[in-house]
Amino acid sequence: MSSERFEVVIVGAGLSGIAAALTLARAEVEVLVIERGDFPGAKNLFGGILYSGVLAELIPEFWKAAPIERHIVNRRWVTLNEETQVALDLKSAKFDVPPFNNTFTALRSKFDRWFAAQAEAAGAFIINETTVEELIIENGNVAGVRTGRDDGDVLADCVILAEGANALIGEAAGLRPPMSPTNRVNAVKEVLALPPEIIEDRFHLEGNQGAAIEYFGGAVKGMVGSAFIYTNKDSISVGVGCLIEDLLNTKTALYELLDDFKAHPAVAPLLRGGETVEYSTKMIPEDSYDDLSDLYAAGIMLVGDCAGLVNPSIHHEGTNLAMASGVFAAEAFLEAREKKDFSRRGLASYRRRLDDSWVMKDLAHYRDAVHFLRTNREFVDDYQRLAVELVRDYFTVDDTPKAEVRKRLIRRVRDEVAFLRLARQMWRARKTLM
Amino acid sequence: MRETGAEMAIDVKEYLRPHVGLSLAERLDLVRRRFADESHIEVDQEAFRSDPDRAVLFICPAQVFKLSEDGATCIVNYEDCLECGTCQVARRYTTWRNPKGGYGVTYRYG
Repeated sequence: MSSERFEVVIVGAGLSGIAAALTLARAEVEVLVIERGDFPGAKNLFGGILYSGVLAELIPEFWKAAPIERHIVNRRWVTLNEETQVALDLKSAKFDVPPFNNTFTALRSKFDRWFAAQAEAAGAFIINETTVEELIIENGNVAGVRTGRDDGDVLADCVILAEGANALIGEAAGLRPPMSPTNRVNAVKEVLALPPEIIEDRFHLEGNQGAAIEYFGGAVKGMVGSAFIYTNKDSISVGVGCLIEDLLNTKTALYELLDDFKAHPAVAPLLRGGETVEYSTKMIPEDSYDDLSDLYAAGIMLVGDCAGLVNPSIHHEGTNLAMASGVFAAEAFLEAREKKDFSRRGLASYRRRLDDSWVMKDLAHYRDAVHFLRTNREFVDDYQRLAVELVRDYFTVDDTPKAEVRKRLIRRVRDEVAFLRLARQMWRARKTLM
Repeated sequence: MRETGAEMAIDVKEYLRPHVGLSLAERLDLVRRRFADESHIEVDQEAFRSDPDRAVLFICPAQVFKLSEDGATCIVNYEDCLECGTCQVARRYTTWRNPKGGYGVTYRYG
């Protein structure tokens, strides 16, 4: 019996898998991408921001051709209590010209389909509606993948695993540490249809400009997580995501948390007239750098979400790390091919490329971010509430002499904040979160 | 010059009404799903019964897991699954596999 054979098999047509496929196809490598959805993008999901530095290197001026939604000129970070919001608002004309701060909104069902078509045009093969069930191991080397199809074995010199955040194959093969409630966020999102004119007027935008707003504190009831509103062309994306550990401890149903967020007095006006056209959910990896496995073994490399390549800090970048890892895996394969060595040693340059790049520099820097927030809960809860209420009270107009207001606020801070603990926390926060 | 409100083709008033939230069932109906004959999710019923929180009942963002009327069994409405995998991460007494190729959800926006 003969099996299909390719030089490289990629499991999953998401951003990392397609970036790898495009890079390999351009180098005339025989590459097959296996996707379980009806088409690339059918099952792909994210909050909504495409960080596009790597994409712009792969496809210069992609924004002229790709189905992206808007380029983000306005970013806002908000903390809430039940009735008040306080925000940091960043809007820059510098983000309004190419490369648009490498920050765009997109919808993955459309974008990934287009991105995959670019890889196909370069010579990659993509097969849809096919689920990879396990790796084929021969003499301790990954030699291919077993799919759910009859006669569905596909052999390859190298497998690139791009299966996403629900990393079933990588976990089963012992190629990554187990997924757990402390290293996975669950997020839900709704897409609300609105005419472009309404979006532009409501969010103070012109033309293709977009806004991205992240909410913390009361928006997620003091859990480790955040809520968001992003503007697309003719819709807005609104969602929430929290560490699964926190959802379990508080017995929170995420869709109810989303409903509460949507009803917040500072949020509801932004959603007026929006008709829900989609509801979706995804896990987000927040593996610490310290827990990452090698990310490669004989005949296989892990890329994107299944490798745990998401920056868990306030930057919350994932798409650019995914695409960078796909490109690095492709380059490592090309180097291995020169020496015809796809062993562990042959593929080691994948990890070296990651380590030498901003990808691992960022992940190493933020290695303690999630752990810090889990063990210093005041940062997601009490301190944010206090900050919101201090600002609110400072600007409350009720004919109290301002000196008295100031005194009252200082007294409240003294009563509620343990200064030594705060000083210690701030020292650590500076290193882990900033 | 950009159109002013008065000249716009859309009825602005239409979009000033409060957003109407949907029930979870209505939200799930918005997602195209192709149902397989067999469930891709299994629950170890004994372990479920000994979970004091019965966590899968609330942790699933599609509420795939329901309690039977007698309160003894976890019913798995796998057709509603949106394929995030959270159930298995939250409680290892659920076994979640990828649906067969071509089955399950297809997002229009994503």
